[in-house]
Parts: sequence; C-alpha cells; structure tokens
Amino acid sequence: MEITMLYYLIPSLIMFACGVYGFITRKNMIAILISLELMLNSVDINFVVFNRFLFPEQMEGMFFTLFAIAIAAAETALAIAIIINVFRVSNDIDVREVNKMKF
Amino acid sequence: MESVGSIITYVVVALAIVIFSVLAVTTRKILRAATYLLFTLFATAAIYFMLDYEFLGAVQIAVYAGGIVVLFVFSILLTSHPGDNSEALASKQRVTGLLAALAMLGVAGYSLVTRFCDFLTSAPQMEEIEMKQIGETLLGSGSYQYLLPFEAVSVLLLACIIGGVVVARKK
Repeated sequence: MEITMLYYLIPSLIMFACGVYGFITRKNMIAILISLELMLNSVDINFVVFNRFLFPEQMEGMFFTLFAIAIAAAETALAIAIIINVFRVSNDIDVREVNKMKF
Repeated sequence: MESVGSIITYVVVALAIVIFSVLAVTTRKILRAATYLLFTLFATAAIYFMLDYEFLGAVQIAVYAGGIVVLFVFSILLTSHPGDNSEALASKQRVTGLLAALAMLGVAGYSLVTRFCDFLTSAPQMEEIEMKQIGETLLGSGSYQYLLPFEAVSVLLLACIIGGVVVARKK
C-alpha cells in the first residue's frame, strides 16, 4: 500500500466538513470559533500536502501555513477579546441573544 | 511501497483526525469540545512530522496546541459553567447543518476521487529542510523570500495586541 496525496486530503476534507457543520449548528460563540479553527487547520494541511507531493523542492506551501498559523492565532485572540466583552455587556455568549446592535 | 510502521502511523493519525474533529463539533460540553480540538491539532502536527516538515510541526504544537487552546480554555472558564450541557439542537438546524456539510463533503470528495488519478504516487524524495534555509527564506527580500509578509505579520500582531487590550479592558 502506498500512502498517496489522496490519503491525506480525505481526512482534511472530513475535518473541513465538520467545521462547516459546527459553524452552522452551534450557538455558543466559542464553539463557533472552535469550528472555525477546524476549518483553518484543514486548509493548512492541504497547503502542506500539495507542497510536499507536487513541489518538494520548494517551500511555498510551508510558508503559507506558517503565516496562516500566525494570523489564525491573532484572529483567535481578538475574537476571544470580543466574546469576553460581549459576555460582560449581555451576560451571555449565545449568538441568538446578541442582537442589540441590530437596526 | 511504504513500511508497515509508517502505514500504522498514518492509520492512527487519520483516524484520530476524523474521530476527534467529529467529536469536537458534536459534543455538548463546551470544555470537551476544546479538548477534542486539542487532540485534532496534535494529530495535524503529527501529519506535518510525517511529511518531513519538522519545523512546521513544532510551530503547530507551540502556537496552536500551546497557545490557542489555552486561550480557549480560559475564555470558556470565564464565560460559561463548564459542566453544563448546551441545549439540544432544534432538528431543523441540525438538518440544515448536516445537509450543508454532507453536500460539501459529497461534491468535494467526488471531484477529489475522480479527478486525482494523476497524483496517485507516494511522496517524492525531499532533502531535509534545514533551519538555516528556513531563516534565510523568511528574512530574505529576493524572489520566493518572505521579508515583507514577515514584517506585515509583525505589524498585524502589534495591532492585535493593542486591539485585544482595548476591547477586553474594564471600562
């Protein structure tokens, strides 16, 4: 048995689909953020796999993943700051309850 | 032809990714979701190690597993009672979510399996990436070198620090 590209792309695809499902069904803001991390992570795997299997002499995919990890960290920190602030204002982090700024 | 050891490693890692990412979005205890996310991230780091990107695997463990998950756990402890179950999903929402996820899985999986016959080879040989090479690529200003994105990320992180402090401080 040879471990080909497909064998890495399928788990990453399943991870992305889980992220989509969680993003749509979850109500807790932090759970939504966790689903978002799953999606970002699966894209990172794809970058690395394409780099390794198709262009092994280059490093573009690896650096894209590196920068994606840095930006995901920044984005998560800021999102959690916003979530904690929302919790202070409305005492709840349910997305259905956060509608004070509507209209 | 791969060695038996690498096939076993692959099967364990792939199963861990699938099982833990499904559990992370279906469990009703939020702290458990964060823990399952941690396991998924570790399995991803294992994939990077398997593909010979040691530096990337180390970064994944240090930044994601060490940094982001700790942030998640702290914010969960600050905003909710960790033992509580989240309320059960309305069946309409669950159907919508499942439909979107399965449609995406079906379309992408079908195109992947039918169109990817060309790439059904095992990983080509790759010389080991040295730290010196990574450092020079990250801080060089030539073509295929990444000084400008590096500096942009440093500015982004600074903006993120300031933004985080301003947003989350007590009024």
